[in-house]
Amino acid sequence: MSRDTSVKIILFVFFAILCALILIPFYAVTIASFKPGEDLIRYGLNLSFDLSVMNFDNFVYLFSGNHAYFTWFFNSLLLTIVQVVLTLLVSATVAYGFSAYEFKGKNFLFICVLLIMMVPFEILLLPLYTLTHNIGLMNSYSAIVLPGIASAATIFFFRQYLRGVPKEIIAAGRVDGATEYGIYVRLILPVMKPSFAAMAILNGMNSWNNFLWPFMVLSDAGKYTLPIGLKTLLTPYGNNYDLLIVGSFFSILPIFILFVAFQKYFIDGMTAGAVKG
Amino acid sequence: MIKKFLYSQKVAPYVFVLPFILVFLFFWVYPLGSSFGMSFQKIQLGQEASWVGFSNYEKLMGDGVFLKAVTNSAVYMVLTLAVLIPFPMLFAVLINNKFMWGRDFFKSSFFFPALTSVVVAGTIFRLMFGEMEGSLINSVLAWFGIGPVKFLKGQVTGFVALVSLATWRWTGVNMLYFLAGLKNIPDEYYEAASIDGASSLQKFTRITMPLLKPTTIYVLTISIYAGLAMFIESMMLWNGNNSPKNIGLTIVGYLYRQGIEKNNLGYAAAVGIVLLAITMVINLTQLAFSGMFKKEE
Repeated sequence: MSRDTSVKIILFVFFAILCALILIPFYAVTIASFKPGEDLIRYGLNLSFDLSVMNFDNFVYLFSGNHAYFTWFFNSLLLTIVQVVLTLLVSATVAYGFSAYEFKGKNFLFICVLLIMMVPFEILLLPLYTLTHNIGLMNSYSAIVLPGIASAATIFFFRQYLRGVPKEIIAAGRVDGATEYGIYVRLILPVMKPSFAAMAILNGMNSWNNFLWPFMVLSDAGKYTLPIGLKTLLTPYGNNYDLLIVGSFFSILPIFILFVAFQKYFIDGMTAGAVKG
Repeated sequence: MIKKFLYSQKVAPYVFVLPFILVFLFFWVYPLGSSFGMSFQKIQLGQEASWVGFSNYEKLMGDGVFLKAVTNSAVYMVLTLAVLIPFPMLFAVLINNKFMWGRDFFKSSFFFPALTSVVVAGTIFRLMFGEMEGSLINSVLAWFGIGPVKFLKGQVTGFVALVSLATWRWTGVNMLYFLAGLKNIPDEYYEAASIDGASSLQKFTRITMPLLKPTTIYVLTISIYAGLAMFIESMMLWNGNNSPKNIGLTIVGYLYRQGIEKNNLGYAAAVGIVLLAITMVINLTQLAFSGMFKKEE
């Protein structure tokens, strides 16, 4: 066996082991979702593939509709869609403003964008909470969507992307008599399409999984999103564990499917913010 | 008239960036300012606030629970940095090797945990690190003859669970960052080094590491932020904001406890300002040391 082949085998085995370690929790959840919740309480989450205790009861229960799971599911879906569409449109517009023009205060404003990326959002929890309370937006989706609408990370990404778009497009648009806004809508937005895909997926993933702020804002169980709903199932009583575990499994599923279909965009979106050397 | 004004090339940029200005003022400047103001007051929702000067801060300095929270957050940050920078970097270099089979599959599988919500991931880890003999981790330990460990009841073992969770979720993401950074290193450098007879280790320390510096700084910056601001992971592992003897309490957890659970808004605001100060000082020092500011055009 040549040296190259042995290097290949060693690397492959090494990564295969790491990969198995990383996938174990998913395997455990999948197995557990076929077992009764009381098993989970008695024996904990484990790897035992025991067909004698495994059945589809949890899945039947999940789809029986005797609980709010799918209300939460569709709330999350709705919120994610609204959040992604608004965030992308607003952030792209802002990014275009930063990339296409020289104007007074531009550098200062852009430093603000960068600073936001370094300030922990968590320290704003209390003032935002009192603000939301005072303007009467408690328990509303607007309170969740609005603060993130001009997302610093998304603006940053779009601006980086727009740097690669030739400025001649804008000049040509002006020569043809298009207005400043016409240029953006008709000439620039279409060019930005690929970057929209990456950001849609990244923002969608964040929004689907978002927990802390919605958890603080929403008080009405009918408005809960999926992560909040699942969190409320975490009580010491066995019955909920059936739904918790199968619900957790099912909450990963849509993202898994999206991920498999759009892998490239996930990975582009994730690495896009990274600084180029 | 108004239309002509709005459509001019001088005004248009402001129209484009207006949403950011509004969000920045309304959801960042104002809350930050009010947080700062609140930290000098005794303030509870639904009651008259009173000015108390620096007393919230003075109280914080002598507050053992707060110091515990700061220590926990700092230890968590250091541990996650120690794990989540060298290993992902090494894995990225290895997986980038031309001898690698199944690169895309491994990249995807490593990244996949990042897609799960903290709620779901935290629940899974809580159950995996359960104290029963049959729980995943304990059943593995049993093979080696180690008795069931009550992971979430001890300081060290609790942190093992916390750091495992972070490692599981973020190794793949950081690896992707490093892979993106590696793409920017021209192959010629390595070829030239090979001709000069450099070993693999030399190539790694003399070419890869220095040229990956911008990526490393980026990963370091976001990891410092994420480490210091960690909260929900702990909340999920201990099923609430109360861990035995506060072994899992973090700065944000304390902010949440004081502000939301105890309605001590002024005191909690002071916690937030301290967190902001710590984050900024560490990150700016780190950026200054790594020469990031000099590089800006």
